[in-house]
Amino acid sequence: MAPQTASTQAPQGAADTAPAIRVRGIVNRFGTHTVHDGVDLDIHAGEVIGVIGPSGCGKSVLLRAIVGLRPPQAGTIEIFGRDIGRLSDQQRRLEERNWGVMFQDGALFSNLTVLENVMVPLREHVDMPMGLMRELADMKIRMAGLESSAGGKFPSDLSGGMRKRAALARALVLDPRLLFLDEPTAGLDPITAGRFDALVRELQQAMGLTVFLVTHDLDTLAATCDRIAVLGGKKLLAVGTMDELRQNPDEWIQEYFSGPRGRAAAAGYGQE
Amino acid sequence: MAKQAHIDISVTQTDGCLMISPRGDWTVYTIGPIDEQLRALPKTPCPPIIDLGQLESIDTAGAYLLDRTAWQTSENPEELKLIGHHETAERLLHQVREAREDVPPVPARHYGVVDWLARMGRGTVEGLQEGVRTLSFVGQTISVCAGLIARPSKFRATATVSVMEEAGLDAIPIVMFLTFFVGMVVAFIGATTLGAFGATIFTVELVGFSMLREFGVILTAIILAGRTNSAFTAQIGAMRMRQEVDAMQVLGLEPMEVLVAPRVIAMLVMTPILAFLATVSGVFGGLIVSWLALDIGPTLFLTRLVSTVPIENFWVGMSKAPFFAMVVALIGCRQGLGVGGSVQSLGTSTTNSVVQALFSIIVIDAIFALFYMQLGI
Repeated sequence: MAPQTASTQAPQGAADTAPAIRVRGIVNRFGTHTVHDGVDLDIHAGEVIGVIGPSGCGKSVLLRAIVGLRPPQAGTIEIFGRDIGRLSDQQRRLEERNWGVMFQDGALFSNLTVLENVMVPLREHVDMPMGLMRELADMKIRMAGLESSAGGKFPSDLSGGMRKRAALARALVLDPRLLFLDEPTAGLDPITAGRFDALVRELQQAMGLTVFLVTHDLDTLAATCDRIAVLGGKKLLAVGTMDELRQNPDEWIQEYFSGPRGRAAAAGYGQE
Repeated sequence: MAKQAHIDISVTQTDGCLMISPRGDWTVYTIGPIDEQLRALPKTPCPPIIDLGQLESIDTAGAYLLDRTAWQTSENPEELKLIGHHETAERLLHQVREAREDVPPVPARHYGVVDWLARMGRGTVEGLQEGVRTLSFVGQTISVCAGLIARPSKFRATATVSVMEEAGLDAIPIVMFLTFFVGMVVAFIGATTLGAFGATIFTVELVGFSMLREFGVILTAIILAGRTNSAFTAQIGAMRMRQEVDAMQVLGLEPMEVLVAPRVIAMLVMTPILAFLATVSGVFGGLIVSWLALDIGPTLFLTRLVSTVPIENFWVGMSKAPFFAMVVALIGCRQGLGVGGSVQSLGTSTTNSVVQALFSIIVIDAIFALFYMQLGI
């Protein structure tokens, strides 16, 4: 099974190369409310890491901190060995081309068609003829599992699942090395969600992506993630494969994986 | 991207077959310049051979370009001959081949005479429908407000007072400030033009008639159209976008009662007050200029104002205030309730709202001018 083999390889890879993302001592506060108080996390190149935790534990805040939308009050974030807090604006912009971010509801620009949305990063960052740009965007739309005809539609005409796919196409159009997904399957029906998981896994393997995934969906965790990081109580509670986490004595983790939903998700993938 | 990315390609033809050897980095950042060159390659009977030996890095964009080239130059493009070994390239070529499909042509836009007529026709019909919808909204609002008189317990006092403060009280400084300056400008114009005839004293009548009859109320209405009307549309529109209006409906709250009625009633109360203050402030502006520049003292100014400008002018002005209040509140609320799901529709609605309000205010004012002229007031 793919997740297991990859997870055993990842630590070996980590021994000789720097992790793709290294988070050290992150502190995030909203006024007097502390969300993170010293979170450390390493994400290895080429792995899919799922971040879970109770609602309000700061999963999305961590994602926003890593992609630089909300700089943390303390701590460092290194991406491919570069401290992103210390980069100049121009260096940062160069680094940002290596990231693809998919927001929870897609965050497609509502005044542009899907094709134009996917072309935005190309127009901004790449010098190439319009024809080729359109072809590349169209290919990414199909890779993300949409029909070419969806390219001419506006985001408001699409269903939730299609919007997420279009957002994935936009996140992938510059062939990033890092992909951030915020709740990629929230609000999708189980069949669409399952297809989306398979798609993410397939693209991740084909393009050699490192994926940072924030989710609540146990099936997504079981189907796509090499390792799982659990946030809670302002800290990183645990990180490891699903099987390792199941052995963890922490009460919340036990409840999470051993509840009826957790058992069902595990069983579904154990039988395959 | 530390080292300089470079891209190169050589194409050789042997026995009628193309041999494509990509070299260097084939990534989304580098492939732009060679697109033309590859598009121009001729078609050959046998599938091209792609030599991956000298390829350094490649991503899906590079793989797409290679695949497209192979596809377009070959007469039986299903086959792909690869020599040399490059693991990433092979995997990506496979991946893009799976997603392959001929790109549909971009639909051309039409700008012919027929299309122009069609657009004009559609615009006309939409305009008429818009008019009908506005009228039916007016009717609906009036019936809801009348229903409130029958059942006063449904009246939302807190919401109404809150709108009165936000849209009325808070607008007093800007309204008074602007009309004060317009009053000054009118007095200056009077001073210069009337001065030529030695009739400087008539500045008082000029300021009095214009302010009491027109400027006081119409400037108030224009400021409210820009300030309050757009705020109503944006507030209600944002509520619609976040499905708050739908939530109200399923909770048994009537949006017309909860959102529209308080705004209409608050505006009906506050607009006459604002118009009155605006008129006073405008006359005061004229008085200051007359005093400082024309040596017409305040006492003389006011005495002359009272004796030569009939009080009917004031009532003519004030009689328009409730109509303008209705225009601002109704158009603002209606456009807000018409907002759809997208950000763009919020922008369109807000623009429409302000444009329609200004248009209606000027038209209504013109109608009143005709009406009062016929009445001889």
